[in-house]
Amino acid sequence: MAAPPQSRARKFVKLLVNGDQVSHLVTLLFAGSVFLVTVMLVYQLWIHSEPSRGKFGFSFLWKQVWDPVTGEFGAWPFIYGTVVTSIVALLISVPLGVGAAIFLAELAPPRLSNACTFLVELLAAVPSVIYGLLALFTLVPLMRSYIEPFLKKTLGFLPWFTGPAYGLGYLTAALILAIMTFPFIISISRESLLAVPREQREAALALGATQWESTWKVVVPYARLGIIGSVFLALARALGETMAVTMVIGNNTSVHASLLAPGYTIAAVIANEFTEATDAVHLSSLVELGLVLFGLTMVLNAMAQLLILATTGKGSKRD
Amino acid sequence: MDRIARRNLLNNIMLSLTGVCTFLTVSVLFVILGFLVWNGIGSVDWNFFTKLPLAPGELGGGMANAIVGSGVVILIAVVIGVPVGFLGGIYLAEFGGKTVPMMIRYTADLLNGVPSIVIGIFAWTILVVPMRHFSAWAGGFALSLMMVPIGLRATEQFLRGVPNSLREGSLALGASKTRTILSVIVPAAKQGILTGLILGVARVAGETAPLLFTSLNNQFWATSANEPTATLPVMIFTHAISPYEDWHRQAWAAGLVLLALVLVANLAARWVLSRGVAAQRG
Repeated sequence: MAAPPQSRARKFVKLLVNGDQVSHLVTLLFAGSVFLVTVMLVYQLWIHSEPSRGKFGFSFLWKQVWDPVTGEFGAWPFIYGTVVTSIVALLISVPLGVGAAIFLAELAPPRLSNACTFLVELLAAVPSVIYGLLALFTLVPLMRSYIEPFLKKTLGFLPWFTGPAYGLGYLTAALILAIMTFPFIISISRESLLAVPREQREAALALGATQWESTWKVVVPYARLGIIGSVFLALARALGETMAVTMVIGNNTSVHASLLAPGYTIAAVIANEFTEATDAVHLSSLVELGLVLFGLTMVLNAMAQLLILATTGKGSKRD
Repeated sequence: MDRIARRNLLNNIMLSLTGVCTFLTVSVLFVILGFLVWNGIGSVDWNFFTKLPLAPGELGGGMANAIVGSGVVILIAVVIGVPVGFLGGIYLAEFGGKTVPMMIRYTADLLNGVPSIVIGIFAWTILVVPMRHFSAWAGGFALSLMMVPIGLRATEQFLRGVPNSLREGSLALGASKTRTILSVIVPAAKQGILTGLILGVARVAGETAPLLFTSLNNQFWATSANEPTATLPVMIFTHAISPYEDWHRQAWAAGLVLLALVLVANLAARWVLSRGVAAQRG
């Protein structure tokens, strides 16, 4: 029984407009493409790093040589630089960020707290190339002429503060990373501190604790999972940060104990050498570095998500 | 007494220290703005917006091609990323069961956490390698990957915020689910969705790393989206690391323009959202 074409077309239009099955399917396709693209991302990194994985195997991870001329590639100087700059960055940004989060959650009046949080969140929106620009032209001269000579004079007996002061190096990169990561620490730590029930604070104060004691011994431990989660998230950001670090790290492929020395990070070497690499093994070594970076940040992000979920899902908000 | 005095002293010291931390962190934004305005404002002139970059030593060059290039690359990112984020978000909020949306949410968070340089490598492998040349398409595709997770989660979040009574009212009047979504739920959440879109654009507008080996750079006008294209962030990078004073001045000017755009977009997003809340209450 063939229906007249006009009514068939109308039926089809009706199916499109009213057909929940159709719209279900269409939206599912778009949502599913996110999943598909992520799987493809891993797959592409995997196959494009094949020449390097085949040639060096796992020794790629701890080999110290990076020499495009002889075709020997090892990831260690970059892994080392990435980890060192990120950890030093966190040593600076965690106390600062958690301190500010405590002030914003416990002391500041809500209006001031919201205004400050908004400003800090704007800081997270500043493009990383702008941080790099500022670091290169203001922080680097400052480090070279004042801070690094000062560190050498006072702490020069430690192996971390020796060698000439270039201005470019691990420490400068770590400083700029610290500035780039504390917005994350502040905004998430503040949320988890605000999620601590009011009774916890009142109980501590009623027992005679000072405000600092109630905050430090009761509220902060209560919110610790969320705070640790924010630190992991910040670490993941720091590890993957490219532009600002590339501009101030100093581009040196050897491993140095001194924080004042120029070094390299995974993201920076990819940014600098990717368009110049002509040799297949060189290129695939860079892709493999990308794979290593991807793996590192994925593990950290997953842990951060779990921790943040564990705290903010629990307590009720301060009212 | 001595003990109490010590505890009070510690209390005061530590609480003031947290205040100092807050002051330091908040002031960074003003330091950044101050330096950019101080160094950049002198070079932001008519030439900057209308001329091509010149060789070092020649005065009066601009970054017109990079401004237009950034616009083209972001437009491509919006055209690819917004439908995926918007329709995908509708699926997560309105259609999804349990397992599939959870999986998609998880991968969206995963994608959101992928370092931008790795996104660049991915776009290079699937667009630049087969096409055998750099192009604005590849750059736009890379940026769209960074927009999608933001759009997806924003759409989902704001659709979920629409009260169920609206859904039920529409369904009770005999409208189909699709009609309900299109005519009732999405309009009710449009401010939130628009905010997500603006924030997504603001985030990718300043991204440099994914563009380095996708849209590359160009000292001249790109005649089509199929060619290497100059963008503001990449221009800032190449000019800043060059040894020339003239180029450094241009980098500061470009930095100021870019930061102004990003901050205005963020403020606009907040304004749209607050208006939406006011409208719902009023």
